[in-house]
Parts: sequence; C-alpha cells; structure tokens
Amino acid sequence: MHPQNKLAADFLFVLCVVATPTKALWAFASYLLLIGIAARLGEIPPRYLLKGLVIEVPFVLFAVALPFVSPGERVEVLGLDLSEDGLWSAWNILAKATLGLAAALIVAATTPLAALLYGLERLHMPRVFTAIAGFMVRYGDVISGEMSRMRIARECRGYEPRWIWQARAVGASAGSLFIRSYERGERVYLAMVSRGFDGSLPSSRGAEPGLGEWAASMVWPAIAACVAAAAWILT
Amino acid sequence: MRDSALEVSDLSFAYPDGHQALFGIDLSLDRGERVALLGPNGAGKTTLALHLNGVLIPQRGDVSVGGLEVKKKNLKEIRRRVGIVFQDPDDQLFMPNVAADVAFGPANMGMVGDELDVCVGEALEAVGMSAYADRPPHHLSFGQRRRVSLATVLAMRPEILVLDEPTSNLDPAGRRELAEILETLEATMLIVTHDLPYALELCPRSVVMNHGAVIGDGATADVLCDSQLMAAARLELPFGFDFRTAEQMRRG
Repeated sequence: MHPQNKLAADFLFVLCVVATPTKALWAFASYLLLIGIAARLGEIPPRYLLKGLVIEVPFVLFAVALPFVSPGERVEVLGLDLSEDGLWSAWNILAKATLGLAAALIVAATTPLAALLYGLERLHMPRVFTAIAGFMVRYGDVISGEMSRMRIARECRGYEPRWIWQARAVGASAGSLFIRSYERGERVYLAMVSRGFDGSLPSSRGAEPGLGEWAASMVWPAIAACVAAAAWILT
Repeated sequence: MRDSALEVSDLSFAYPDGHQALFGIDLSLDRGERVALLGPNGAGKTTLALHLNGVLIPQRGDVSVGGLEVKKKNLKEIRRRVGIVFQDPDDQLFMPNVAADVAFGPANMGMVGDELDVCVGEALEAVGMSAYADRPPHHLSFGQRRRVSLATVLAMRPEILVLDEPTSNLDPAGRRELAEILETLEATMLIVTHDLPYALELCPRSVVMNHGAVIGDGATADVLCDSQLMAAARLELPFGFDFRTAEQMRRG
C-alpha cells in the first residue's frame, strides 16, 4: 500500500478514537481489536508494539495523578480514596493515547522512513517540512556517530566523570559538536549549490495509488467511524 | 588553436576574514585531459576548485569553462558543466535514498520523468551501484558512498569533473575500484590530491600549488622527480615507492 494511504488512514482512525465518548468501553475494545488485526496482517511482533508504547510513559504518569487530585465525587478503590471524574479522565487519556500510538506504530513499522516522508509530501505537507525531516533522518546517524567517536576518544584518555565539575569536558565536546555540525551544514549547502540548488528542492515523484487502493485503505477508518457514531448514539 | 575546456587567468581570492587564499592563479586544461592538482594542506586547492563552478565568484581575474565565463548570469550552465565531488561523501549525500540523491542535480537542471530515471540509472551503472538505488546513504560503506557521490555528479553529465581528495579514507581496494571507474570516464578531470602514486597512475599532467600560487606544472613523472619542487610543496612519495616499477605497472 502507498505511504500516503497509510498516513491518511492512520490520521482518520485516530480522529475517530479521539472523538469517542469516554465511557463507551465496548468502543475502545473494538478499536483494540481493529489494531490487533492490523498488526497481525502487518506481521508485527507484539513485543515491538509494547516497546514502542514505552514512549507514552510520561503522559501516563500524569494520568495516574489525576484520580488523586481531581475534585468531584469520591470512590473507594482498594482502600484508596479516589475521584470518580479523575478516574474517568485518566482512563480517557490512557486509552486514547495508547490506541493512537499503537496505530501510528503499525504505520511506522510497515513503512520505510523515506516512504513516510514521501507520503506526507503527497498529502500536501509543505516541501520545506518534509525536507527538514529528511535532513534530520539523514544526519541524525552521522552526528550520533561523531558524538560516540568523541566519547570513545575521551574515555581512551582516561576520562571517567564522577562529579558534576568533571562535566566540563562533556560540555566542551557538545560545543565542538555543535560547531562541527554547523560547519557540516555549510559544506552540505556548498555541495548542494554545486549541483545547481537554487533554493527550491525538487519534489519527489512516484506512482499514484488508484481508487481501489484508496477504498481499501479507508476500510479501517470507516469501521472506526461507525463504532464512534454508535457509541455517541448509545450514550 | 587549442581546444580548451577550462581557462583560469590571474585568479585571486581573499576570504571575508582577510585571509588571502589565491594569488593570481593561471591554469588551462585541454578537453579530455586528466590533471592532478597537488599541494599541501592549506595551499588553496579547494578554494580554487570552488571557483571552477562558481560557488565562489572571482574577485580578480577570470575563470571560463568551455568558453563560458563564470559569473552570476551563467551559473546554472556552469554548474552543469563542472561537477565537483567533495571530500566527505556525508556532505554530498543528503537525500533519504541513493536514487533521490543522484536525481537531485539533474532535477535542478529541469529534467523530469523518464528522462530523469534513465539519467539516474546510467549514472549509478557507471559507478557500479545500480543495486543500491533504494538504500539510504548511511547504510552504505564509505567506499560505496564515495562512488555514489561520484554518480550524483556524473548524472549532470559534466564536461569537467573536479574530485577533491578522492582517495582520502578509502581502503586500498576501494581506492583501486575508484581508479578503475575514473579510467572509464571521458570528461576532463582535475583531481585534487596529495596521494602521489594515484596522481601518477591516473594523470599524465600535474599542477603543483603552494601558498595560493601555482609553483609547478608539467608531466606527472617529471614533477614527482623534481626534488626541489617537491620539497617546496611539502610533497613526499610514500616509503619504498619505486618509479620504475610504477611506470612498468602503468604500461602493463
């Protein structure tokens, strides 16, 4: 499937999830089922999804605090005095974030990065944004490689920082890394100019998805939309 | 009259910080000639190279490529005619995959559609990297990245190819493979290097620079034998290098 279809489907699916009323537990269960089927079809190991979901933890921590600090009716759960509204808000954040993230992870796992950028471009994301993201992907590796070489070189000369005042060398390294990256940026620009760059990046090309493919990619969002609508009608 | 590919006359240049990098350079390359530009670090070789396709505009003197003067008005055509392969492939390759990077130059020249695909295919074929078109550059070995850098410039079908330290950081096999590719190319070539055996292998003629001026110009073998000139330019042949063997290998 073309990356633009996956991205559009993912976006619409997440919209449906977010629009679902908090207390329609069965709706969230059906979303989870949809995601499970998609992961199965994409042959994504559950471990990968679980690992990816770790990024959610800071937000979840915030959600965990809600039942304790929210005002409103109190309920007793396992001997703790909690706010009922707070519990529902926590659930709301947790469920929607997890489902949205899982859907995004499935798209990410089945699409190479370059294709994702291309897809965004086809969906009329401004070329400047996709180009910046492209540079980030391309040079992230180069710069982290440089950083680890600097770290190894420091350690080879017996640098084992234990106290805060020993952090000076790390700071200096960060500074020189910044200068180096800045100079690299200049050299990259020179190399681009040498090949006739005049300020506008040529846009990528590729085959366009047919109507059938668009229809196929909209099956999941359509089901999700029905579920969301049903949840609203029933509550 | 000689069929000149490149004419540099009385070229001088100072960087904005006041550092004078070039002092009245004169240089002329015939069409199809392969010339080595030798000199120590900081001699102004790269500064000269950047003038050849108008990244730097002459402050005094002239540069002309195939009769076309390097100035603002002609930049696009000049940049098509002169391709520079930079020293660090990570500077040159910035697109998410190899094919897109090779397409960057010709697309800037207004090439589109099937013509562009053919052009990219040919350039990758010429450097033996056709199988890697969809790979991201950071998944390639250093030698492969160097070859793709060459392809990104070949795709613009340049008349003059300028290579800045093409053998730096290459392993011996990568160095030989690159030489084999360069041998097959017909473009006029200026190879900036201090890899002297490489210059002898590929370039019949060598130009020596030091402190922003040309201090020697002649047949590569003669230049390398001129011990005074070599010492003046801080150039030294590698330990154990034997001229006679080298000459025999080249003829063979």
